[in-house]
Amino acid sequence: MAVSIDHYVGLAAVMFFIGVIGVIVRCNPLVMLMSIELMFNAANLLFIAFARVWLQNAGHIFAFLVITVAAAEAAIGLAIIVTTFGPERYVDVDDVRALRG
Amino acid sequence: MIEFWILAVILVASAVWTIAASKPVYSVVALLLNFAALAVLYVTLSAEFLAVIQIIVYSGAILVLFVFVIALLSSGVAPFAMGPNRLPKIWLPGGVVVLVSLGFLVYAASQAVPASVRPPNGPVGAANVFGSVSDFGAALFTVQLLPFEVTALILMVAVIGVITLGGEAMRDAAPRGHERKVERAMREAILREGTD
Repeated sequence: MAVSIDHYVGLAAVMFFIGVIGVIVRCNPLVMLMSIELMFNAANLLFIAFARVWLQNAGHIFAFLVITVAAAEAAIGLAIIVTTFGPERYVDVDDVRALRG
Repeated sequence: MIEFWILAVILVASAVWTIAASKPVYSVVALLLNFAALAVLYVTLSAEFLAVIQIIVYSGAILVLFVFVIALLSSGVAPFAMGPNRLPKIWLPGGVVVLVSLGFLVYAASQAVPASVRPPNGPVGAANVFGSVSDFGAALFTVQLLPFEVTALILMVAVIGVITLGGEAMRDAAPRGHERKVERAMREAILREGTD
């Protein structure tokens, strides 16, 4: 039995939902950002697997775009974490109340 | 075939380790393992340029940024606090969301027409074959030029955002540096007075 596209779809879905569970369950903003990176990578894996199936490199271009967006998101997210949570403080996203109505 | 299953096991195990690790540094190590395995998987999918980009950008840039922030936030002697997890109060709605989404995905996959996997027009690593650097670059700079330009715009917006956020922190830190300079000048003046 050869590896078909369904195997890649299943693997990407499992990785994506592990990322979703990480964002839902953890309170640490760093681990939440890492879970978001996991979700980005699951999407990238699908883009590249489908590009390989149809032999279209537009999937590769879009995966490149996703990597760029992930890098920008990580930089801005980490800057927000550093400015919101100072050094030597307890890091918990539930403690941030600036936007609470 | 066998390499796919080995890599799949590594990917899922390291993803679970990422979200379950007790310290953020362990999460970073698990994520590094995940990205490396993913790069190998990209090579098996004949996306060699993206495999290299995965290693350089993700493992080289993003994860180092994570490590820097972890070092910055836990600069004291105390170990980095993890916080409680929200599992007790969230597992029911979260589980329902995950199960419904997975069910929808399985349904959609069962409805899809199976795709026939065609072999690429040459060996992996050769020039001008699908997924090679020249193939990717030719597409990036001709047909897909607009997404490439959008990429540049996204990066510039990110740079401006980070400088704006960091600028606020710098403005807060500036008076303290000035005070320290004044204090040192005073101390030196007192020392000079004392020696005279």
